[in-house]
Amino acid sequence: MRVDRRTARHTLDQPTDRGLRPSRRAWLTGAGLFSLGFHIPFLAPARAAPAAAEPEVNAWVVVKPDDTVVIRIARSEMGQGTLTGLAQLVAEELDCDWARVTTEYPSPGRNLARKRVWGDYSTGGSRGIRESHEYVRKGGAAARAMLVAAAAKGWGVPAETCRTERGVITHVPSGRTTTYGAVAAVAATIEPPKDVVLKDPKDWILAGKPLKRLDTRPKLDGSQVYGIDLTLPGLLNAAIRDCPVTGGSVTSFDAAAVSGMPGVKRVLQIGDSAVVVVADTFWRAKTALDALPVVWDEGPNATVSSATIAETLRAGLDAQEAFIGNTSGDVAGALKGAAKVVEAVYGVPFQNHATMEPMNATAIWTAERCEVWAPTQNGEAALAATAEAAGLPATACEVHKIHLGGGFGRRGATHDWLRQAVLIAKEMPGTPVKLIWTREEDMTHGRYHPVTQCRMRAALDKDGQLTGLHMRISGQSILASVAPQRMVEGRDPVTFQGLNPGGPEAAIGYTIPNILIDHAMRNPHILPGFWRGVNLNPNALYLECFMDELAHAAGQDPLAFRLKLMGHHPKHRAVLQAVADKIGWDQKPPEGVSRGLCQTMGFGSYVAGAAEVSVSESGALKIHRIVAATDPGHAVNPQQIEAQVEGSFVYGLSAALYGACTVKDGRIEQTNFDSYPVMRMEAMPAVETILIPSGGFWGGVGEPTIAVAAPAVLNAVFAATGKRVRHLPLKDTDLRRA
Amino acid sequence: MARLNVNGVLREVDAEPDTPLLWVIREQIGLTGTKYGCGIAQCGACTVHVDGAAVRACSVPLSAIEPGQKIVTIEGLAPGADHPVQQAWAELDVPQCGFCQPGMIMASVALLAQTPRPSDAQIRAEITNICRCGTYNRVLAGIKLAAERGQSG
Repeated sequence: MRVDRRTARHTLDQPTDRGLRPSRRAWLTGAGLFSLGFHIPFLAPARAAPAAAEPEVNAWVVVKPDDTVVIRIARSEMGQGTLTGLAQLVAEELDCDWARVTTEYPSPGRNLARKRVWGDYSTGGSRGIRESHEYVRKGGAAARAMLVAAAAKGWGVPAETCRTERGVITHVPSGRTTTYGAVAAVAATIEPPKDVVLKDPKDWILAGKPLKRLDTRPKLDGSQVYGIDLTLPGLLNAAIRDCPVTGGSVTSFDAAAVSGMPGVKRVLQIGDSAVVVVADTFWRAKTALDALPVVWDEGPNATVSSATIAETLRAGLDAQEAFIGNTSGDVAGALKGAAKVVEAVYGVPFQNHATMEPMNATAIWTAERCEVWAPTQNGEAALAATAEAAGLPATACEVHKIHLGGGFGRRGATHDWLRQAVLIAKEMPGTPVKLIWTREEDMTHGRYHPVTQCRMRAALDKDGQLTGLHMRISGQSILASVAPQRMVEGRDPVTFQGLNPGGPEAAIGYTIPNILIDHAMRNPHILPGFWRGVNLNPNALYLECFMDELAHAAGQDPLAFRLKLMGHHPKHRAVLQAVADKIGWDQKPPEGVSRGLCQTMGFGSYVAGAAEVSVSESGALKIHRIVAATDPGHAVNPQQIEAQVEGSFVYGLSAALYGACTVKDGRIEQTNFDSYPVMRMEAMPAVETILIPSGGFWGGVGEPTIAVAAPAVLNAVFAATGKRVRHLPLKDTDLRRA
Repeated sequence: MARLNVNGVLREVDAEPDTPLLWVIREQIGLTGTKYGCGIAQCGACTVHVDGAAVRACSVPLSAIEPGQKIVTIEGLAPGADHPVQQAWAELDVPQCGFCQPGMIMASVALLAQTPRPSDAQIRAEITNICRCGTYNRVLAGIKLAAERGQSG
């Protein structure tokens, strides 16, 4: 092969067959079990107690004799930094030496056995920190109290006369010292305090600080093990193809045609709709699967297309019946009496999560026990899915959580990929099998960001004041598919994220005298899921682009128009004002540059965005600069929040500019990153992050900012071109000058 | 048996000649730092060096590797993982989920070997790897930091 150094890309010579023979020799040669860096209790009881040399002070804290502190983390790390943030909160109250902190995941099986001592494992909805900050801090504080009590007991002094600093306990009157590691074993035997007083955040020394992540090093040298990297003795690999049309099934397949191919061990059908090849290596499994003749019954959805779905949604825009999410006053009356009525229809397509690590899971099944290794956002849900697929009680199952190569919502609410792995392993009792999805399988069998359309209709009075707003959302409900038990009298409350009348979660930031926001539920067969930012994304797009339309219709400045409606929403207003100030809204932008801004609230946090863009004569969009403000209440790690905010623009703008999963003949058309393009560095704007932690509440940061990415940029695009992009992605709109 | 020089070690591998280098590295040799992301040379998660140049190993068949060609993976980039690019990455806390980062690092090292002081525009044009977490701005800063270090050191 020749390598072209200038372009750093390769050119290929003709492949030459070197006469290699396929071999059944096990490939497990290099990275074996012992290189994983964590203990795998292979078919061992889930209840294994910590080794005596590593006493557990309480569920959250283990202190080793060498003073290493192991902090237990129940939520999953998938890049968002929750592992480090939660450790900071525990360490803050524990008052330990940060340089000696490590972390571990307590397994879901242990959580079950210990009556959910680690609480909720679900890692979605930006809730890692905001919903567990109190009990993890109490865990750290209680452990500290027990360590102090143990030292005081040893010295025969009152605990109140001791103080702690970075893992060292000092008896103040005598100056005697000891370390956490020296007293941890005794501390473990001490009755936990009934209640503890948490530090005032203003006294924090570890939390609230821009500390480095704890999990960076192994991500720099290839030693971080993701689910796809797992190796076990005797492991086989599986490749799967599910019916390309959801709702279809396998009619027949010709196993004999591929069973003699190199490395192939089994050719199987799983459930009604999937065929599987199990081989010694994944590549051989995939190669045989590609060659496997399959006849599908594509079922009742085989004629559905994006056009038929759009037609169904359009009908929903005019439907008489709809679920109400927010209503007050008399919208019909306001529209009737309006000096001016403004109306527009918006829409968003399906999006794939497209995690960099494709779906995968490893399972081993026997009639007595089933264990799974999974990159899951929700260990408890993964355990439940394992038990169900295995046909065993949860107490006979275990899930070993592994760092995720991206999650974004795909790996928490639905464990379809995990169930498949268990069903395959069940066909081969006692043999560990790793299922890996190809990128093509991943792209075409996602749980997609739901498809919706929205009709916005507003009343302006003669002074250009907004007097009424009807927002009709038509389209897919996530909960109806993913979690029907969370529906409220047939209504999906998640549909109204960012539009709720008030309260601490996802409240609208404007006071509009007459308002009606309702949802005509229309559920196509393409399965939806929680996609990072969830329904805050389309809702902020619809509302914030339309607010821009209204400002222009009223002949008012888009910022001033909004601020007049935000008098009762000081936190929404503060973030919006912050981005306006920083981008210089009241000054003229640089020549050829146009600006847009927007705000929303979701996942407990207030966010705003402003963008500077230019559009060339030929219609090429360049995003020069983004300013983003976040008020998450308390900021646990500012530099990681910055990383989440920056990343949010990559995720949000990928969808806004390029992303669309379209449907033809009942199936998703996009199969890989060539047909589902995402943002690359070339298009990435500079992002300036403003952090305004106003205190008194705890908001999430992994998701909310995604929702402001598209409207900030699209409002700037309008300012640049006079063209209002109402349907994503933007690549489908011709921005050339008329 | 094919023979490959990977990270300075000669390895005998037993795979069909059309097996992509990526899967030979991961499954026959057992070095899993090189990632599968797309299989069609779109994302760059599988980037390794062949004779010093960045190559997307998912799209190179085993048979295309000539005797004597030196393959370097993320595991073999530098002893103690202390290449200036890895150091810059650690200093700036570049990775989020980290799955794309071995490929990002290998692509960045190859870029700097060829262009020791790249401009922002050169970096943006040359580093085409996909990151879904959105680390691009820190990757860019990391390359510039490593470039400065390379120049002064």
